[in-house]
Amino acid sequence: MHLGPPGPEPIGLGRFGEFGGRYAPETLVPALVQLEREFRDAWSDDDFREEYASLLSSYAGRPTPVTECHRLSERLGVRVMLKREDLAHTGSHKINNVLGQALLTRRMGKKRVIAETGAGQHGVATATAAALFGLGCIVYMGAVDVERQALNVWRMKLLGADVIPVQSGSATLKDAVNEAMRSWVASVESTHYCLGSAMGPHPFPWMVREFQRVVGDEAREQCRELLGDADPDVVVACVGGGSNAIGTFAGFIDTGARLVGVEAGGLGLESGQHGAAVERGVPGVVHGMRSLFLQDEYGQVLEASSISAGLDYPGVGPEHAMLAASGRAEYHAATDEEALAAFQLLSAIEGIVPALEPAHAIAWVAREAGRTIAPGSTVLVTLSGRGDKDAAQVAEMLGELE
Amino acid sequence: MNLESHLRSRRDGGAKLLVPYVTGGLGREWHEVVRAVVDAGADAVEVGIPFSDPIMDGRTIQEASQRALDLGATPVGVMDAMATIDVPAPLVVMTYYNLVARLGHERCARHLRQCGVDGAIVPDLPYDELDGWGEAADAAGVETVLLAAPTTPDDRLAQICERSHGFVYGVSLMGVTGERDELASHAGEMGRRCKAATDKPVLLGVGISTPAQAAQAAATADGVIVGSALVRRLLDGGGPDEAAAFVRSLRVALDS
Repeated sequence: MHLGPPGPEPIGLGRFGEFGGRYAPETLVPALVQLEREFRDAWSDDDFREEYASLLSSYAGRPTPVTECHRLSERLGVRVMLKREDLAHTGSHKINNVLGQALLTRRMGKKRVIAETGAGQHGVATATAAALFGLGCIVYMGAVDVERQALNVWRMKLLGADVIPVQSGSATLKDAVNEAMRSWVASVESTHYCLGSAMGPHPFPWMVREFQRVVGDEAREQCRELLGDADPDVVVACVGGGSNAIGTFAGFIDTGARLVGVEAGGLGLESGQHGAAVERGVPGVVHGMRSLFLQDEYGQVLEASSISAGLDYPGVGPEHAMLAASGRAEYHAATDEEALAAFQLLSAIEGIVPALEPAHAIAWVAREAGRTIAPGSTVLVTLSGRGDKDAAQVAEMLGELE
Repeated sequence: MNLESHLRSRRDGGAKLLVPYVTGGLGREWHEVVRAVVDAGADAVEVGIPFSDPIMDGRTIQEASQRALDLGATPVGVMDAMATIDVPAPLVVMTYYNLVARLGHERCARHLRQCGVDGAIVPDLPYDELDGWGEAADAAGVETVLLAAPTTPDDRLAQICERSHGFVYGVSLMGVTGERDELASHAGEMGRRCKAATDKPVLLGVGISTPAQAAQAAATADGVIVGSALVRRLLDGGGPDEAAAFVRSLRVALDS
């Protein structure tokens, strides 16, 4: 496989419009400066790009296919295609980013990586890359998520990583990011922070988008083959921090496609129990970036709420905040209940068990088909990961509902 | 009171500087704690405005911040309370940038000044992101203290020392706040590097936990900031008396 050309760099200290930036403690700033320089050099270095592309194909199983969903399309009256990141090694798109960052870690001469994880997919991917490259690996995970994603915790340990449960705050992804950053402040000279989403201080939002743009670049080519050289009318992906969505959007940003990010609607936006940072957040500066965050009138960050650990985050990556402000992409929410229904629907009529995160994207398409998505439209949905990790949790919830 | 000129005159008079940290809103007596530590020999006091996600803070200050928030502490509430604390020492707030940004730069800076606050430390707002805050604070007369870290290269250290007002905050170790058994090996070098770069007062902070460590750290710098070791005593149920006794022990160690 070959990589498409690099995408545009953000302006200055990682600005995407008014969002982004490098709001990090002084201790980390020199490492972020180094990382920016190393990434820029590597990303224009043919040897690096070749090695990365070769890992993506020989190790991660890329390119992943685009699958036409005939039965779902018939049901919804729109033509649905799935970009199958669930078929990538480790079961989600997260592997694309960690292989890139692992190569950079080696290039910088660091021997150890730390990571945060929500659902555990990024933790598993990081532990996998660490095993492959012989790096030490520590993963910070909210204690609540350790409970609800026990299978992924076990996988990380099997892969040789130490998993540290984080008890502070809401004990979910936000707190795992806090703890990973604190840990990095203490270890930055020997350790790379393998951040899992297109968020955090510059250069992470840019770098992670570039490592994930393979999703969108591949999908664009694949859609053209399926659609007779046309682009899809609508491109949809779920958004927590937003890495699978920003990688997908990168491939379609210069097409006429309607770009839609689907956030965690939790118990409904009116309930206040959700993760819809774009729809309900306000500008702020948290986790090293200026972006949109759920916060109270004083600026204290609120706890997000979602059935899906990977979307259970009160902020969003800065490029999404910019795309929302400019109107190039739109952001909507799907509730826990809608995601659960979509999880079952896709399993039952396509034989594909989605992770709860992309089940939100499917749910939005199911709701909007025939409404804001005109009948007969072509719709690409990025299926960011597979649902094995969620099977036990969903079984329990459905049992309770019966 | 001007923070830098006060600290300079104390230093030039031969004293080692002592700046304790107290979490604002931690218990009903927290302003009494501020008064008590000044009586016990503090040269200035750093008051933390609690934030939900303090990434430069270890467990003790995280817990204190959460407890203060649970007790209803708000940024403006802490500032207003500081206006009622009449002490013969400058007061400095330590907080995170999201709270400043939410209030608005000008409004925050003006309100701090109106409440008699002399300086501000915002650890997630590094030198190159000072943005509008630096200008607003300068205009209002609030001295913005910048942090220098062991990882900061020399050319950047010079810029930080130049732009920092009040004093230069040298981070004495690789890590976040919290007590440590020993003074970090970085502390001496950090003090020496900052002192070589500036004539402004240089205080070392983060991880300085005992009178002996304070004296050791102050050997290469103008003084120390002590936070978690004091806040832990407050979390454990101590009040103004316990705080004063601990600060007095730090003062004695620095003076001897």
